[in-house]
Amino acid sequence: MSWTLIALLLLPLAGGVVVAFLRGNDRLAKAVALAVSLVELVIAVFAWTGYDPSSDERLQLTSSADWIPAFGVRLSFGVDGIALVMIALIAFLVPVVIGGSWADKLPEGRSAGGFFALLLVMETGMVGVFAATDVFLFYVFFEAVLVPMYFLIGRFGGPNRQYAAMKFFLYSLLGGLIMLASVIGVYVAAADKLGAGTFDWATLVTVTRDLPLSTQIWLFLGFFAAFAIKAPLVPLHTWLPDAGAEAPVGAGVLLVGVLDKIGTFGFLRYCLPMFPLASQELAPLILVLAVAGILYGSLLAVGQSDLKRFVAYTSIAHFGFIALGIFAFSSQAGAGAVLYMVNHGISTGMLFLVVGMVMARGGSRLIEDYGGMAKLTPVLGGMFFVAGLSSLALPGTNSFVSEFLVLVGSYPNQPVYTILAALGMVLAALYILWLYQRVFQGPVRGTALVGATGGPGAVVDPERAGLRDLNKRELAVLAPLVALILVLGFYPKPVLDVITPSVGATLSEVGVADPVTQEGK
Amino acid sequence: METLLAQTQRLQAPEIDYLAVSPILVVLGAACLSVLVEAFLPKTQRWAAQVVLTLLTIVVAGTALGFYAAADDTPDQGKVTLAGTIAVDQPVIFLWATLLVLGFGAVLLIADRSVEPGGAFVADAAIRPGTVQDRAQAGRFGMQTEVFPLTLFALGGMMVFVAANDLLTMFIALEVLSLPLYLMCGLARRRRLLSQEAAVKYFLLGAFASAFFLYGVALLYGFAGSVKLADIATATAGTDRSDTLLYAGFGLLVVGLLFKASVGPFHAWTPDVYQGSPTPITAFMAACTKVAAFGGILRVLFVAFEKSSWEWNGVLWGVAIASMVIGAVLGLTQTDVKRMIAYSSVAHAGFLLIGSITLTSEGLSGTMFYLMAYGFTTIAAFGVVSLVRNADGEATHLSQWAGLAKRSPITAAVFTFLLLALAGIPLTSGFIGKFVVFAAALQSGMAPLVVIALVASAVAAFFYLRVIVLMYFSEPAPDGPTVSVPGAFTTVAITMGAAITLVLGVWPAFALDWAGAGGFIF
Repeated sequence: MSWTLIALLLLPLAGGVVVAFLRGNDRLAKAVALAVSLVELVIAVFAWTGYDPSSDERLQLTSSADWIPAFGVRLSFGVDGIALVMIALIAFLVPVVIGGSWADKLPEGRSAGGFFALLLVMETGMVGVFAATDVFLFYVFFEAVLVPMYFLIGRFGGPNRQYAAMKFFLYSLLGGLIMLASVIGVYVAAADKLGAGTFDWATLVTVTRDLPLSTQIWLFLGFFAAFAIKAPLVPLHTWLPDAGAEAPVGAGVLLVGVLDKIGTFGFLRYCLPMFPLASQELAPLILVLAVAGILYGSLLAVGQSDLKRFVAYTSIAHFGFIALGIFAFSSQAGAGAVLYMVNHGISTGMLFLVVGMVMARGGSRLIEDYGGMAKLTPVLGGMFFVAGLSSLALPGTNSFVSEFLVLVGSYPNQPVYTILAALGMVLAALYILWLYQRVFQGPVRGTALVGATGGPGAVVDPERAGLRDLNKRELAVLAPLVALILVLGFYPKPVLDVITPSVGATLSEVGVADPVTQEGK
Repeated sequence: METLLAQTQRLQAPEIDYLAVSPILVVLGAACLSVLVEAFLPKTQRWAAQVVLTLLTIVVAGTALGFYAAADDTPDQGKVTLAGTIAVDQPVIFLWATLLVLGFGAVLLIADRSVEPGGAFVADAAIRPGTVQDRAQAGRFGMQTEVFPLTLFALGGMMVFVAANDLLTMFIALEVLSLPLYLMCGLARRRRLLSQEAAVKYFLLGAFASAFFLYGVALLYGFAGSVKLADIATATAGTDRSDTLLYAGFGLLVVGLLFKASVGPFHAWTPDVYQGSPTPITAFMAACTKVAAFGGILRVLFVAFEKSSWEWNGVLWGVAIASMVIGAVLGLTQTDVKRMIAYSSVAHAGFLLIGSITLTSEGLSGTMFYLMAYGFTTIAAFGVVSLVRNADGEATHLSQWAGLAKRSPITAAVFTFLLLALAGIPLTSGFIGKFVVFAAALQSGMAPLVVIALVASAVAAFFYLRVIVLMYFSEPAPDGPTVSVPGAFTTVAITMGAAITLVLGVWPAFALDWAGAGGFIF
């Protein structure tokens, strides 16, 4: 019985409730929220040190208690290496997001207390999704996390927020309900075989992997529908650009940085081990979707005129890489995919934050309203460049390691898809560098910077020229991200050490021959 | 003549287990007493006396039920009494308890006089709508306190209905529960015309449904030679009797039952009646009638027609699908909160029907749990609806709810929670209810039905969410409605409904165990 995960779950919830009652006093509310998220980070570090990657125990830091005995539902928590790094990512991103949203201009009549309370409540939900080892409990968290996100988008988002919030919620809910059919199906299968129903993940795996292929395919598709919507795989991705564009920046970081990873995490935790036969059978389909996502997402990112939608489309491309790594069934690609999940959270999170900082200065989301901004705000420009380079996987940044692992690991099993996916790297360079050029390079231009009358070369609007570069708070928010981008770019071993055994265990359950020997990692 | 006399002498009064039927006796006895109160007390004292009497009755009936359930000589599975016409078994104990607590909540809503000054009921029902006198009565403080005995009669009828083990008793119970409801629908203080229209519509369609039911009973009597559920069950188990009588009788009987449960496509009355009735009565109908009707459906299907399930299963599959689709799709187009909840109740009736046609013990307990969960959520939801008002009474048009969260955050938060429960989001009772029903259905091999139900849930979620969007994300209209500060009665009713919705969502173990305590006996 380990209390670490329980503390990780309860602390933000309690903090959220407290912050919700501090609505009159925004400063205090923010301070409490930040403090809670920092304590959470400390506990997460504690959890990291308490986890032993070399142990034979697949799930560690476990705890369990009865919940609904009639259905064998238990409050069971535990983590493997994959879940642990995701929880660490959450604990790292939430304080960053709170810092980044510190001075956000909220829509009229909304209080900062409400915003930060929702963020903290969502943190509990997100940790719960990754920490639950009872499938029913996982489903509860999966759905419950929608509610705070829905309110974050709908109450604090951009002009089209109602539409975006509704679309986000309905897509996720539909996926979730289809998954519910499979969750119940798995339960019924277990009840048939074991005599008593259970939702314990480890027990269910032993039951479902022996089911006949046709049954596995149906159950797999139920889970897959939910995860493919979450992770967004083309063609189920259309909610993400809307939600990402309308969400307030802080919520957007968590949306693409963590919430979407529930999908890829779900592939690894539920689809692969529980339905190995179906996973192999349907892998080609998913690989097609993954590669389509890489190319389609990249091309649409090139064509975007809206900064936030741009970030959303780059994410769709990145999720294609992750899905490719998972369904290539090699331990290298799998470890790369999990590392990619972490790195994407860091680099896209930073990109989102930087875009938010650009928009906070220019007041516009349109790319064409900016130009030559690096002249006015050089440090911001530099930060954008770092985030961009990380996003396009330049060697030396974190994403390079993961993208490289995915491609190298996938090639032996899936050469064709891997080669097609590699084209995505070229497109990534195109969309990032071209965007950087349009927004930051050249003479100062664009209505957001020089006012409505200014054309290229126009005199800089004196009021607008006062655009400040990054302040200390913004630097403090971005500094840890930059540090992680570089550290994980050069020395990813600590994270890979945690990830690799769990990925190996997951893949051994699928039972595909691993083309890469375990040595050398 | 002599033979007749001889027969009379041989006729013996049936054994009555008074403890078992004591809850019914208390409720119906108090209903009669309540009529006397109406007749003999002066008008100024009636309201207070009726409220005390009604609430006390429900508490006493609940206590009597508790004594029965806990008594040493009560067998685990319950007892059959009154010559086999009434069974007080585990499902009945569960349903009676649910009905009594729901009835308690509904009576609290009915009794409230602070939200609408003087109560939601007309001061003098005989006044023609739209006249000068009518406008005068809307401002008067008094109400027709006859609504209290009517409620008790309806409640008593519902209790007999779920316990009836033969079709004639069931029919009488159906009439006892329906007739008061027809009257109560027409008693709204404001928008009298709409209210009276609802009453007439409900009465006409309800009379037809009763006729269908009775015709079905007659044909089934022709088929089985008895109206007892147990005898019909025996008769269906492979004989050379007329299948035509069985099918026709079953069909007509079920139509009558489905009508009461507002299962689509027999739902046509639901939106109009829900909209026109006084909101406390809508709450009472939506919660208690649903429980009673499905209690009856469960018993009829499980006891009498289990063995012939192959013959009717396909038809009820179709009905369940129709109900879910009608409820979810037509709910999308509604602009009135009460009509929206009415269509939602049609969709929920489809889900409940899925549980009812599983004919397994999991299906039985799941359906009963769902009924309990749905009942409390609905009572609280209508309680909230009654709070949002403008100068003309309740503001039920959805556009008037825009920006409600700004004006009244607590009301909006409670209503949001209830809507999420109706949508079946986890940590609410609605989710657990859906889960248990769908799990039972999947175990009985009804996977296609479950998938359709889940898609229908997703569609229905849209219109619940739309209300949340309106309340939270829209700016309030300048001349929008205000939220009345609820009096103690309404506050207790809403709190009770919302709290039970939460408890059943977070800690459902107790209720699930109770619902699964035992099956029907006959």
